[in-house]
Amino acid sequence: MDSSLRIPILKIGDILIASIQVALHDASAVQFKDDLLQKIHDTRAKGVIIDLTALDVVDSFIGRLIADIAAMAGLMGTRVVLTGLQPAVAITLVELGLELPRVLTALNLEKGLSVMQRLTAEIGDGSV
Amino acid sequence: MAQSKTAVIRSDLDIVIARTMARDTARALGFGAIDQARIATAVSELARNIFLYAGTGNVTVREVEKLGRKGIEIVCEDQGPGIPNIDLVMQDGYSTSRGMGMGLPGARRLMDEFVIRSQEGVGTTITCRKWRN
Ligand SMILES: Nc1ncnc2c1ncn2[C@@H]1O[C@H](COP(=O)(O)OP(=O)(O)OP(=O)(O)O)[C@@H](O)[C@H]1O
Ligand SMILES: [Mg+2]
Repeated sequence: MDSSLRIPILKIGDILIASIQVALHDASAVQFKDDLLQKIHDTRAKGVIIDLTALDVVDSFIGRLIADIAAMAGLMGTRVVLTGLQPAVAITLVELGLELPRVLTALNLEKGLSVMQRLTAEIGDGSV
Repeated sequence: MAQSKTAVIRSDLDIVIARTMARDTARALGFGAIDQARIATAVSELARNIFLYAGTGNVTVREVEKLGRKGIEIVCEDQGPGIPNIDLVMQDGYSTSRGMGMGLPGARRLMDEFVIRSQEGVGTTITCRKWRN
């Protein structure tokens, strides 16, 4: 696979942030899921924000991948917030038949960060 | 009559190319942002099915007109294994690949007209249309 298509994942404090800036083909989407889950595992991040502002299509493949990420992150105690979902994409997802019940959304990255701060404050810091 | 555009599906990269082609055509035909997303998403589902189940095939996009109304027509054809029971695959949740079984019924919901012709051992042709408001 073309490694230039890898999606960078940033760590800021206890939170990981990934911003998807290119159209994802299936292989790069799967690579992203694997990279992100690995990074959650390695960093013990409390939260992950995935910014989808640049995505103009979320089909069943990407939709399921996001649902899988949320479910697996949940098992590791990590919250997932999606940001920047375009209105047309959100409408299409519902019509397609895909709802993302476990996934929280926020309008943009800034709002996503404040949602995440509240969420992770609720979880508390177990490490003292 | 406007000319058509075809994308050959051979890899997962071609799925992106096909849906981008469909979106660009829809935009050029005056479809709004939500319809563009619906059309691109439907094409993504159908092109992925070609890639997954038939290996290769074609996606063709063209402008159509009926009773003075303009629309977009998408034809997805392959010479793959065919679909033995069309009613079954149109049900939400039916999948032979541990998928969500959402592609075909979802694409039908996103488009205005949706017709499958398929013969076992010969292939599948799906023709769908969306009309502009
Ligand atoms: N072009 C095709 N040729 C042969 N069989 C097909 C074709 N398209 C779909 N099918 C069959 O129809 C079933 C349902 O397709 P559909 O796209 O609805 O769901 P899926 O591909 O299994 O999962 P999803 O699209 O939700 O990831 C497929 O599992 C497959 O058996
Ligand atoms: Mg499918």
